[in-house]
Amino acid sequence: MIADTFSWGTFPDAIRFIWNHPHLLFDKSVEHLQLSGTALAIALLLALPIGVVLGHYRRGSFLAISVSNVGRALPSLVLIAFFLLVSTNFFWDNTAALVILAVPPILTNAYFGIEGVDRSVVESARGMGMTGRQILVQVELPLAAPLIFAGIRIGAVFVIATATIAAIAGGGGLGDIIVNQATYRLSGVVAASLVVSLLAFAIAGILALARKLLQRPYVVAD
Amino acid sequence: MQGAAEIVFDHVTKRYEGREEPAVWDLSLTVPAGEICILVGPSGAGKTTAMKMVNRLIEFDDGDITIDGTSVRDHDATELRRGIGYVIQQVGLFPHMTIADNVATVPRLLGWPKARVEERTGELLELVGLETEYGDRYPAELSGGQRQRVGLARALAADPPLMLMDEPFGALDPITRDRLQLEFLRLHEEVRKTVIFVTHDIDEAIKLGDRIAILREGGVLAQYDTPDRILAHPADDFVARFVGADRGLKRLALRRLDEIELEPVDGVPPDAPRAPGSTTLRDALSLMMAEGADPLVVVSAAGEPIGLLSVERVGRVLSEL
Amino acid sequence: MSLILFDQGPVIPNFGQGSKCETENHAFCWGWVRDHWSDTLQPALLQHVKLAVIAVAIGFVLSFAAALVAYRYRRADQPIGLFSDFLYTIPSLALFQLLVPLTGLTVTTVEVALTSYTLLIMYRNILEGLRGVPPEVKESARGMGLSRLQTLVRVELPLATPSIIAGVRIATVSTISIATVAAFVIPEGLGRPIFIGITQDIFKTEIIAAGVLAILLALGADAILVAVGRALTPWRAAG
Repeated sequence: MIADTFSWGTFPDAIRFIWNHPHLLFDKSVEHLQLSGTALAIALLLALPIGVVLGHYRRGSFLAISVSNVGRALPSLVLIAFFLLVSTNFFWDNTAALVILAVPPILTNAYFGIEGVDRSVVESARGMGMTGRQILVQVELPLAAPLIFAGIRIGAVFVIATATIAAIAGGGGLGDIIVNQATYRLSGVVAASLVVSLLAFAIAGILALARKLLQRPYVVAD
Repeated sequence: MQGAAEIVFDHVTKRYEGREEPAVWDLSLTVPAGEICILVGPSGAGKTTAMKMVNRLIEFDDGDITIDGTSVRDHDATELRRGIGYVIQQVGLFPHMTIADNVATVPRLLGWPKARVEERTGELLELVGLETEYGDRYPAELSGGQRQRVGLARALAADPPLMLMDEPFGALDPITRDRLQLEFLRLHEEVRKTVIFVTHDIDEAIKLGDRIAILREGGVLAQYDTPDRILAHPADDFVARFVGADRGLKRLALRRLDEIELEPVDGVPPDAPRAPGSTTLRDALSLMMAEGADPLVVVSAAGEPIGLLSVERVGRVLSEL
Repeated sequence: MSLILFDQGPVIPNFGQGSKCETENHAFCWGWVRDHWSDTLQPALLQHVKLAVIAVAIGFVLSFAAALVAYRYRRADQPIGLFSDFLYTIPSLALFQLLVPLTGLTVTTVEVALTSYTLLIMYRNILEGLRGVPPEVKESARGMGLSRLQTLVRVELPLATPSIIAGVRIATVSTISIATVAAFVIPEGLGRPIFIGITQDIFKTEIIAAGVLAILLALGADAILVAVGRALTPWRAAG
């Protein structure tokens, strides 16, 4: 089977690997983020508007729940395999798979975030003479922000995670290292895994920061 | 049926940390066995606190509370509570259990045999005016009034000698509340338990209480006596204001026409208004004013005139009582 | 493409001797499925079920214990929540690989990773389910003389059941889904045929069959849990 032995010593080796191959890891990270970023952007463009609008008009909860349930039942590997069979463009078929994985959490959370805003708050806004759009922008979105951002975060992490797997289907990125232990040895594999994890945390952190910044105008002073 | 217990509050005090005024201060009163004692007062008067100290949901700092002579502290709290019926405003029925299972909770905790539990449940549902088939339903299927009846049945299930009731009818609409209040009085006639009942509504207190304890802010007892005596002789300005400026009329509502001395029937105009002997003095006075009738003819249940009532007589009645 | 970490057998079976459908690699050959159900697909399915069940079961026990602690001691919620959140943020393949130096290319590695992913959702749902019990129900229980333990077992947990079941559902479906990635580490589960199919000669039928099985397994498990949930909560159907 495998030549590498498993030990605690692999972790310092992994750090050394990062130290010794900065360009490789950087290039791969960029590739990884290109794939992830494209997919996430497309998913946001699709899922956010649909989720928000449906939630505002309080329609389609069945759709939102079903999308969520089905989305969870689709293994990422299966999606990647499916799109690989369908097309030969490695970038776009992997992007398609990633988009499909990212849409459910974003859409579901956007829907339930908006729909879950306290009815009495919306009622009083309408009573004060706000139009539907004003209510959406000034009342519902700010109040739904925590849930919406949580959904985006879950989607982003899914995408970054699955992009690693996409490497076996020509997706490139840090997954290329992770699945290629023969070339990069276990230390490389662990190193790339660490970098991917860091990327995921970084994105989650950026989203948390974005949420805080966006919420400041709406924070109610005591 | 088990008897009723005598409850004694002996210089009970409860302070909360960080608050200047105590919640309950030096409260002393005795609730005779089988009586309904109403704790009434404005919010912040410590009435719910005082009640909850009896089953130790809240622990008191000084003094003692005894049930039939034994301090409540002598028992383990959980066991103590199984011997006390507890009814709250929102009822708190277990949504995941049928009505029958809800009612059977404490008996089962106490280890009653299955047959006895079933029998008792049926008995109680009937007692509170619910048909036995309600036993298989869930709380969500019942109206607010029905739920509170179940709450009462549940509290009575293990036949406790004492019941604690915290604004039990407060969440109901006025018509249902009225009905349940009457039913509660009827129930109490049958099942003479000692009841400590909390309310902020002085009219409910007068209606239901054998004795009323009026508490003021800071948990201080302002007056403890029968409704009539409190209305007749309020202890101070606070009590007088609390019972309302119409306390004279309220006292009239406590008496019925057939309970007072009437003037003899003598040359009564045939079209004079009549009222049955069961009418309260207050309602009689209201009728007399509405119809401009003076005197009013009081009749028995059969319709026979038994006496006359004049407005002047009503005015003197109170000072004689 | 890359090398795989474990032994693999030939992909296109009966090479040269297969049906026209197989040798020409059409989209889906029922014949192949029938022939190879018991030697390829069924073992993979059973392995997959086993992986998922163990992960969800252990994850549930851990989440349940943690949720009870956090329910009793409010302060514990933040560290526990942060920890499971942290685990959840690590991409699955990366988590598998990070565990390999510690536990090797074994089922243990896979189970540890899969279990970690179940923690966040089940912990949250159990805790929120308990917290959602109406306060007046808890008060009347206490006032009637139920001990703390009795209140928990007879009142709070039953009422938290819908939320708990929802959490188990999500965790189960997610675990079945993520378990396909286990194929990168050990030769088990439904991910294996797919993995081999992609990285070697792409034999469509095997990939599609395994993929469809994985999806059906997930949806099937979800449906079973929904039924279990309904059976455990008869009071929700009424009123």
